[in-house]
Amino acid sequence: MAGVDIDVKYVAHLARLALSPEEEQKIGAQLASVLEYIEKLKEVDVSGVEPTAHAFPLVNVTRPDEVRHGLTNEEALRNAPAQSNGLFLVPKIVE
Amino acid sequence: MRMLNRLTISELVTRLASREVSSRAATQACLDQIERLDGRLHAFISLDADHALAQADAADRALALGATHARQPLLGVPIGIKDVIAVKGQPLNCASKILGRYVSPYNATVINKLQAAGAVVFGRLNMDEFAMGSSTENSAFGVTRNPWDLSRIPGGSSGGSGAAVVADECIAALGSDTGGSIRQPAALCGCVGLKPSYGRVSRYGLVAYASSLDQIGCFSKDVRDAAILLEILSGVDPADSTSVPQPVPHYAASLTGDVKGLRLGLAKEYMVGGLDAEIKAAIDAAVAQFEKLGARVTEVSLPHTDYAIATYYIIATAEASANLARFDGIRYGLRVEGADPIELYSKTRGAGFGPEVKRRIILGTYVLSSGYYDAYYLRAQKVRTLIRRDFLKAFEQVDAILTPTTPTAAFKIGEKADDPLQMYLSDIFTISANLAGICGISVPCGFTREPKLPLGLQLLGKPFGEETILRLAHAYEQSTPWHKEKPPLAALAG
Repeated sequence: MAGVDIDVKYVAHLARLALSPEEEQKIGAQLASVLEYIEKLKEVDVSGVEPTAHAFPLVNVTRPDEVRHGLTNEEALRNAPAQSNGLFLVPKIVE
Repeated sequence: MRMLNRLTISELVTRLASREVSSRAATQACLDQIERLDGRLHAFISLDADHALAQADAADRALALGATHARQPLLGVPIGIKDVIAVKGQPLNCASKILGRYVSPYNATVINKLQAAGAVVFGRLNMDEFAMGSSTENSAFGVTRNPWDLSRIPGGSSGGSGAAVVADECIAALGSDTGGSIRQPAALCGCVGLKPSYGRVSRYGLVAYASSLDQIGCFSKDVRDAAILLEILSGVDPADSTSVPQPVPHYAASLTGDVKGLRLGLAKEYMVGGLDAEIKAAIDAAVAQFEKLGARVTEVSLPHTDYAIATYYIIATAEASANLARFDGIRYGLRVEGADPIELYSKTRGAGFGPEVKRRIILGTYVLSSGYYDAYYLRAQKVRTLIRRDFLKAFEQVDAILTPTTPTAAFKIGEKADDPLQMYLSDIFTISANLAGICGISVPCGFTREPKLPLGLQLLGKPFGEETILRLAHAYEQSTPWHKEKPPLAALAG
């Protein structure tokens, strides 16, 4: 595949995404052809060209610093997979 | 009288205003059509009929008390919503398993606007998971079928929205468009699909896929309805700092029918090999029609067209990999337990995301990862600048650019499902508009002969040039028969 190789296992770790060995193999093969296609961008002369992050960049968009209604505790927790005492319940982080 | 669910917004509003019909009757007609057809079409993931009818009754009460469509232009009109836009108290899944039994705690700004205008907001319309796809095959809730041929895809990612409007399951619908996800399904199903300019419509409450490309837009049965909806949806929103403080025109006023002297560009890079012969013929006929209407057609050049898809799939996946980091099993949605937090995140995401979302997260993470950022992401952003410049230069010579919306008519379910690159290449004509931030509309422009499948033409306009493309699209539509054709739905029922 024209020297385009992707270490799916490593990238999946970066993305915190558990993949089965079959998925790793399949995604690797599919992305190899996508990456090979993407290589064509190397043909373009981009010297001196500024990158575009947004088509219409707006800067310093602010609003008055006023207190506004947000979600209540109950609303914020409504979709939590696990909760306790009005808080999100998460696995133990510090030993 | 035609069945109420078959009406356009403007037709229904006339009948509601004269009290000839009620919103309850119109809403019930949509629900009945869904009952008849959607078992086979599967445009809707879910539906809260009681919620819809309660809104309809409220609209009828308001009308009885003297409310007017002058003040609430959509009063009593049923509008379907893509499952990526938050409606308070309703499920939101993005056609993914990872959101579990999520219920939106707030309204998207566009929903507030529709409800303020009196609309009956209903349904969760099917889509490709997290709007990633071109066929609606990537939904965790099953594929939506094309109303013209059940063995074919409706397009995507907003395939449910396109199919529902064409099958008269709603009067109009909202969708989102990141690389063609409104215009492509509109073309393949045979209705009007409008992607506004970047910044025209607030995205607050739209689940983010690629934030520098996403826009909310609409599906409708004619161009007038698209103009009506756009006026309601548009405007700056303090809750979305990327919405642009541009005045909102009265878009329907631009539908004069007069396009004399307007300059229409044909991009020579778009009329290339690989374009289906029937689509080429339909576009040639449309060009002749525009000339007959008095538009001046000239050739323009968009020299970086060939690089648009590669640029898109770097930028969109990079942004997606960051945006979708929030689905980690902690605050909402699915959770798969693990020995430690990292394992919990990984297992939750591994179990909750479907194959295309996983592919795009991997690609996006890869192009942003150490050592590859400059080669892929930064380079793509620079090519994006060149693509945008191509359009701005072309728009110095013409008022709008005419292209096919898609290179082929609707393909078969399963035909491209295992070949992501082929699927990506089908977005060739729509993807550049998102990179450039310009507006675009797809309108029906004919049919293939055998089988009979709809075709769409696309008009691309300057940033915030929606009035011009709406005017052109409307004049074309009103001088051609295509938008009046309906799929053989009788064969679908039963």
